[in-house]
Amino acid sequence: MAESTFLYVTFIRATPEALWRALTDTDFIPQWWMGVRAETDWTVGGAWKLVFPDGRVADTGEVLEFEPPKRLAIKWRNEFRPELKEEGWSHCLFELEPQGEAVKLTVTHSAPRAGSKLIEAVSGGWPQILSNLKSLIETGKALVPQRTAEPADA
Amino acid sequence: MDDDAVFAALADPTRRALLDRLRETSGQALSELCDGLQMTRQAVAKHLGVLEAANLVAVRRQGREKLHFLNPVPIQGIAERWIAKFQERQLAALSALKAALETDPPQKRRP
Repeated sequence: MAESTFLYVTFIRATPEALWRALTDTDFIPQWWMGVRAETDWTVGGAWKLVFPDGRVADTGEVLEFEPPKRLAIKWRNEFRPELKEEGWSHCLFELEPQGEAVKLTVTHSAPRAGSKLIEAVSGGWPQILSNLKSLIETGKALVPQRTAEPADA
Repeated sequence: MDDDAVFAALADPTRRALLDRLRETSGQALSELCDGLQMTRQAVAKHLGVLEAANLVAVRRQGREKLHFLNPVPIQGIAERWIAKFQERQLAALSALKAALETDPPQKRRP
């Protein structure tokens, strides 16, 4: 199978609506994405961009699916590491399913090629970002509020 | 998440081997995971069920196939619980040193 996939399944104690807001409110995103801002109006087919606190563009892409509070899909390309940018497009999908008192959040980031360096890089970044998100929603506090060093991943 | 289920799942060498294989290539069908294992399909499926119940493995349907993915969340939870944030950098440096020393051919280190 010529595909690289990173998959992350976590359970967050919140309503799907609250988690959806946290994932898509561009004012709230930097609090769990370690200072990274998202620039988009979430129109399907519209542009989507991630910007580092210092203003450099991290990633660009397009909103592919926007179905509150269930599915969000983004076409995604790295912009700040030439060797990753060269790889081209990847696909990032957020799925929310209510499960009792919690929401099952599944993040699937995949690229249509074997051994993708981009997927390898985001595999290091996502766990920290998503664990921050869970911690922020459940306790009101993020584990790591801002990136302290040069970002090592997307 | 149920810590007991995670530790019980990790206590078995076959299940850790399955996790290693998924770490190498995430998104494998049962038949691929059975390749090269001296074990019945049913036994492998049972081990995968234990890993799935502990959330260490996530399953996705793709067409007619059921693909298994490594889910890093429970092990990340263990790390966050017992490794204080400020120690991470030092521990990463020590573990890199250990890896470098262990992969270096021994004759190089004993002139």
